[in-house]
Amino acid sequence: MKVLVTVKRVLDYNVKVRVKADRSDVDLANVKMALNPFCEIAVEEAVRLKEAGVATEVIVVSIGPKAVQEQIRTALALGADRGIHIETDTMPESLSVAKLLAKVVADEHPGLVILGKQAIDSDNNQTGQMLAALTGLSQGTFASEVKVDGDEVLVTREVDGGLQTLGLKLPAIVTTDLRLNEPRYASLPNIMKAKKKPLDVKSPADLGVELRAHIELLGVEPPAERQGGIKVGSVAELVEKLKSEAKVI
Amino acid sequence: MATLIVAEHDNSTLKPATLNTVAAAAAIGGEVALLVAGEGCQAVADQAAQVTGIAKVLLADNAAYGHQLAENVAPLIAELVKASGFGYVLAPATTTGKNLLPRVAALLDVGQLSDIVSVESADTFKRPIYAGNAIATVKSLDAIKVITVRGTAFDPVAAEGGSASIEAVTTVQDAALSRFVGEEVAKSDRPELTSARVIISGGRGMGNGENFALLEKVADKLGAAVGASRAAVDAGFVPNDMQVGQTGKIVAPELYIAVGISGAIQHLAGMKDSKVIVAINKDEEAPIFQVADYGLVADLFEAVPDLEAKL
Ligand SMILES: Cc1cc2nc3c(=O)[nH]c(=O)nc-3n(C[C@H](O)[C@H](O)[C@H](O)COP(=O)(O)OP(=O)(O)OC[C@H]3O[C@@H](n4cnc5c(N)ncnc54)[C@H](O)[C@@H]3O)c2cc1C
Ligand SMILES: Nc1ncnc2c1ncn2[C@@H]1O[C@H](COP(=O)(O)O)[C@@H](O)[C@H]1O
Repeated sequence: MKVLVTVKRVLDYNVKVRVKADRSDVDLANVKMALNPFCEIAVEEAVRLKEAGVATEVIVVSIGPKAVQEQIRTALALGADRGIHIETDTMPESLSVAKLLAKVVADEHPGLVILGKQAIDSDNNQTGQMLAALTGLSQGTFASEVKVDGDEVLVTREVDGGLQTLGLKLPAIVTTDLRLNEPRYASLPNIMKAKKKPLDVKSPADLGVELRAHIELLGVEPPAERQGGIKVGSVAELVEKLKSEAKVI
Repeated sequence: MATLIVAEHDNSTLKPATLNTVAAAAAIGGEVALLVAGEGCQAVADQAAQVTGIAKVLLADNAAYGHQLAENVAPLIAELVKASGFGYVLAPATTTGKNLLPRVAALLDVGQLSDIVSVESADTFKRPIYAGNAIATVKSLDAIKVITVRGTAFDPVAAEGGSASIEAVTTVQDAALSRFVGEEVAKSDRPELTSARVIISGGRGMGNGENFALLEKVADKLGAAVGASRAAVDAGFVPNDMQVGQTGKIVAPELYIAVGISGAIQHLAGMKDSKVIVAINKDEEAPIFQVADYGLVADLFEAVPDLEAKL
């Protein structure tokens, strides 16, 4: 079966983003960009499924401006076979991304679609579940283990109370959590090879999708800053402060 | 416009996160209905009927809803929204709510606002983005607003005092796409992380899982919950449900004690709204000290037993 993986271009997770002076948005000028960490885990899982002989082909999709091709190439270097870039002027919101991906699913008929659980820029945690709704497929979100078993995939999920395992009818939509795997690094030869792998560019119009805004960003502000505190010299002093100053114990 | 809230429960007890979500609905205004979808969950509906500010409880009691499978519960909610004309659908931003609500939004062809922390007006809300390093003000352009609510940002309404009617929902949505296989639920007598008054969390500095016993002893004295950083979970010291942070649980206790945790932005995103933060770390340069009200530069293996003794 084919496995479709989605990758989003986001700021590097080590970067602490700042709000623009005019508070219209965050400042992404000259900020290091990278593959969303949860998408990196998604790519790794797909590649492992191929190495295990479960997947026959790994297709990677990214949506956004031309620059996202960089992240598609990264995924190809990690072992994906071919890429699809759906080119848009700006990063579309989750529902639009899901609508575009639903068309790709209809064209490619993957057995499994693996997405990140959350993009670390929007912190939305929506796209996989929306894609599952639009395609009418089963969903296994926040996966820490994925096992294909006949016409079913067993997905162990990280939930608030612990772990839950579901059996999902294939084809299925899976979103990754942190413990699913530890992604590999791309080797130099694989980075070179990735440059020659096929990459298709499409527009939303090619897919017959008209993008509509559902959410308008009115502005952003920095979070309330915490006042720096003090250093205490001993455990005794700490306990004393918590009792008589902070009054929390 | 009326609001439909998806109740969080385990078929026997209504979870406190529901009460914070009701508070968000109250801030929006309008009539509030609470949906209890589950299996053998009449007791939950009875509790839900007592919650302050609820006009009506909708009880969908069927085997198809027993494990909150999104493939079954999402179409049920979409159907209720279309039939009754709800203008808002709210759920707590728990793993259950996060799993379910985007599927509802897509079925209704509307966007979703995740993890709101304030209600500015009937269509405008605030929500953290970029691991809480920015707070966005967002306006929903849709007729039906689908929203998950960050519990720590809204004080819970009273669990009692209300007297809502309970209405049975008889339609059954069973997509037969997924089945519950099993679960490993962490059993603990301690308070839940997301509602604890005091939390003590350990990081990679704890060295191994056994050493978390040091934190548990302090937790016993303070009636605290025990949390962890991602590094401690990844290393297998403790289970995933203990992870605090951007991609784990969001907490805001009165007292948060971070032990052997460096203070990466992803961890801070989950705890920096705590009232008082204490950090115990042997590296005086650790970023956790920048958010700590009280910092103690010390070896945790000496400081934590000492702390326990002095409480
Ligand atoms: C996509 C993504 C999502 C993430 N989500 C989360 C999340 O939700 N939550 C989260 O916590 N992290 C998250 N992280 C990980 C985060 O970036 C950090 O790697 C992690 O928080 C570090 O954990 P730590 O502080 O325990 O470990 P470290 O950074 O290794 O820090 C260990 C600390 O222990 C101290 N120490 C060691 N020994 C002792 C001793 N004997 N006494 C006292 N102090 C000692 C050290 O000085 C050090 O400061 C995420 C990362 C990514 C990429
Ligand atoms: N523009 C995009 N291109 C490709 N994949 C995306 C895009 N936006 C979101 N996704 C996928 O959906 C996941 C969840 O994103 P979100 O719902 O925005 O938090 C991400 O980890 C990606 O795998």
